[in-house]
Amino acid sequence: MGKSARGFGVDSIGRRDGFDEMTGTGGDLRQPYARLQDWVQAMPVELRSLKQAEAEALFRRIGITFAVYGEGGDPDRLIPFDMFPRVFSAAEWARLERGIKQRARALNAFLVDVYGRGEIVRAGRIPSRLVYRNEAYEKEVAGFVPPKGVYSHIVGIDIVRTGPDRFHVLEDNCRTPSGVSYMLESREIMMRMFPDLFRENRIEPVDNYSEVLRRTLASVAPLKCDGDPNVVILTPGHYNSAYYEHSLLADLMGVDLVEGQDLFVEGEYVYARTTEGPKRVDVIYRRIDDAFLDPLCFRPDSMVGVPGLMDVYRSGGVSICSAPGAGVADDKAVYTYVPEMVRFYLGEEPLLENVQTWQCGKAEDLAYVLDRLPELVVKEVHGSGGYGMLVGPKASREEVERFRALLTADPGNYIAQPTLALSTVPTFVEEGVAPRHVDLRPYCLVGERIELVPGGLTRVALKEGSLVVNSSQGGGVKDTWVLAE
Amino acid sequence: MLLHVDHVTTYRYEAPVRSAVQSHRLTPSLCEGQRVLDWEVTVTGGTPGAGFRDGAGDFVQGWTVAGPVSEIAVTVRGRVETRDTAGVLRGLRESVPPEAYLRETPATALDRGLRDLALSVQAADRLDLCHQLAGAVAGAIAYAPGATHAHTTAAEALALAEGVCQDHAHALIACARAQDIPARYVSGYLFADAEGAAQEAAHAWAELHVPGLGWVGFDPANRCCPDARYIRLGSGFDAQAAAPIRGIARGPAGREALDVRVAVLTGEQ
Repeated sequence: MGKSARGFGVDSIGRRDGFDEMTGTGGDLRQPYARLQDWVQAMPVELRSLKQAEAEALFRRIGITFAVYGEGGDPDRLIPFDMFPRVFSAAEWARLERGIKQRARALNAFLVDVYGRGEIVRAGRIPSRLVYRNEAYEKEVAGFVPPKGVYSHIVGIDIVRTGPDRFHVLEDNCRTPSGVSYMLESREIMMRMFPDLFRENRIEPVDNYSEVLRRTLASVAPLKCDGDPNVVILTPGHYNSAYYEHSLLADLMGVDLVEGQDLFVEGEYVYARTTEGPKRVDVIYRRIDDAFLDPLCFRPDSMVGVPGLMDVYRSGGVSICSAPGAGVADDKAVYTYVPEMVRFYLGEEPLLENVQTWQCGKAEDLAYVLDRLPELVVKEVHGSGGYGMLVGPKASREEVERFRALLTADPGNYIAQPTLALSTVPTFVEEGVAPRHVDLRPYCLVGERIELVPGGLTRVALKEGSLVVNSSQGGGVKDTWVLAE
Repeated sequence: MLLHVDHVTTYRYEAPVRSAVQSHRLTPSLCEGQRVLDWEVTVTGGTPGAGFRDGAGDFVQGWTVAGPVSEIAVTVRGRVETRDTAGVLRGLRESVPPEAYLRETPATALDRGLRDLALSVQAADRLDLCHQLAGAVAGAIAYAPGATHAHTTAAEALALAEGVCQDHAHALIACARAQDIPARYVSGYLFADAEGAAQEAAHAWAELHVPGLGWVGFDPANRCCPDARYIRLGSGFDAQAAAPIRGIARGPAGREALDVRVAVLTGEQ
């Protein structure tokens, strides 16, 4: 193992205080990573830096520089790419897949219910206040059932792992989760740079994602649509941090990328202006927020929406994906009740665990949280992107005290969770290869069928010991492999 | 009571617009106490969209007008037979739970003045409390056309101590919410034979939710609950959301003039 002395062997993957996806807890090589061990050990140090530079150049050339959904930060900053793949065995993925699909189904059932009869509220399984007083509850769509009963067509579920068989959901993204272009581009770049790896390992492809997405969107065309549905992607424009992703998906699906000004309402339908004249639009995959969709229904000052769109939508002339109002299923206070949704709507036990969550709005929970603040993670109910968040064990005394004051002043705005020992995956760092914490965002597609491409976005906290994987906080991305049986 | 409505809204554009889109809540609610005998809405040069009933029970109808046009007239004509229900809204099919109407909007945001006004009254009974809140609002804001404008907030109107029906309704919604009572803005028509009838004919009031009774209308401007003189059209969080006409025109920038004529008459034909 001569090479390990130079810092490339698995031996050097130092820490033993958590679950490493390559070496477990005991340091024994786990099967899915067997071939990667040979790969990394055989890689000379010069080649590694050469390849890393090549990867970065490729990413830059593609122009993929945006921040992941809601993270803010500098949109033009290049998000670091780590070449060491993250690997799941077929059996691990099969289990995850069942859990993800189950959750996506329950979230959609919840949405149809709370905009309909509200059975789950009547049954007392979730407090009505969390649903109907939620900012994301959209009364303009109450009583409306979208085609096929689907509100959230692309469900991004953020998952962390704490052991060989333990996965927890950190949060759900039911509106317009982004980042799938990283899944596609990471794979493309890895295949280009390391074709041998893809010959030696049997890795499930992810490049059919756009085809499945296209099929999913077409499957929810309105009843009034006759013939092949015309699908478009509605973007707020090129200054948006995820514009690259919008244009990539439009290209891959072979559909038009439009801005609000390219669409107009006439009579019962929505049309796109094209060089061949107006063309009726059946399905809009929108990447803009509810509030900006239609100035005649929501914010009157919206310049990126389509006036009259909501009237056409609600009278069945066009489908909007995700459906307006889907956000009520994915805030951090409603999150606590997702396992309850699985039991209530599906009559099943949840396959994926939630992270234990204390609602600081409840007096007894707040007391508990204030008591153990230095051990806990505290988040804003509506926050995202790792901002406005306390990681107790990593925080200074002052920070802890600052949060104590925030919590006391406005407890309902916060939730708290235990600090999880997130799994690590070997990652190329300055000194060689070292374990770094990761999470996973798979993209579950819900239309007539529920489908999941085997893979997702793996985000990695590049700072040693850091548990925050958000790109705004120094996170990077990895290719995510699912091995074939 | 048999009410005749004749309502014409005319938009005039200095520079002709390329197109216009409107969303209407201009059809009387399907509820007890009002029966439509005939009703017609027309838009000059307009193409109607597919109308639908929304979750709050309102009939919503989209319209588009292809340009260039320099004038668009929206005409509403019809007859409704009304009956006094003591302000209680019954029979309207809606799926939005009352609790959803505890949301603040910029027009109905609470400030200290509104909060103090809301908490200045007390009653053991919810209905009684609603009456008292409506009375407090009527007492605090004098009817004074021209003192406020379309974007005046409840807090501003209270500070001015003057306003019109829109300001009264906004203030009452804000005060109700301060007492944890769901409240909403209602737009409609009013037959008034007294002075100022023309100005009040396109009217607005508030509905507050009373467990056991449901939604109950309160009109602080007239210190009463809606009766047979009222025609209910639609509701929303505030005036903007409940507007009978929401519209937008696209075209070259230029002056836009708005002319509204409303007549509500009674008769036995």
